[in-house]
Amino acid sequence: MPIAIEPQSFNPSEAQAQFEASLVKGSYGASANFIGTMRDFNEGDDVVAMELEHYPGMTEKELHAIINDAKSRWDIIDALIVHRVGKIDTGEPIVLTVVCSAHRAAAFDACRFLMEALKSRAPFWKKETLSDGSQRWVEKNTPG
Amino acid sequence: MVSRTLGTRMPIKVKFFASLREQMSNPATEVDSNAVKTVADVWEKATPKPMPPHVLCSVNLEHAEPSQAVNDGDEVAFFPPITGG
Repeated sequence: MPIAIEPQSFNPSEAQAQFEASLVKGSYGASANFIGTMRDFNEGDDVVAMELEHYPGMTEKELHAIINDAKSRWDIIDALIVHRVGKIDTGEPIVLTVVCSAHRAAAFDACRFLMEALKSRAPFWKKETLSDGSQRWVEKNTPG
Repeated sequence: MVSRTLGTRMPIKVKFFASLREQMSNPATEVDSNAVKTVADVWEKATPKPMPPHVLCSVNLEHAEPSQAVNDGDEVAFFPPITGG
């Protein structure tokens, strides 16, 4: 059940390939992924950068628990969650979720679940820097 | 004076995150576990500020309600709504 908190920019394709290489070849027939990328706009304003804070210890614990919950609800082989922290520039990946399962339905459904659970349970907080140099904390997540 | 307990009492560690951390003069502090029973009590001892609506809480790295009991040595954290992903 791998999870990773990344303080530096990461390559989602490489992270997924590395994760899948750790699984038994032929043990899964479906891989679903979701990549969240930093937009250059939010709430009608131009956003130039973002700082992502987390709660070391609790965040990792919650991500593991979310993967465990997915495993208890769907017949999946394994799952991966990678999440950035620190300073993020527009266009950079923020989050990657991957689910591998025998068939596509469980992979799709569990992958969506990981993202929605993460957004409500895993302690991360975004602080945006706008084009005029001002900063603000994001107060709520956008609806899916 | 007779000690109320045989063992050594451990203070409760208190942490604040994100916008709450910036608002606090002491974003990481401790409170005497003798003086509090619940998470909400911990807030009151840690800061004179009223607890804002929608604040989330945790005890020992797990989500908690303000009414949850706390014990010696616990780590209690307060933070605004989560905005990851």
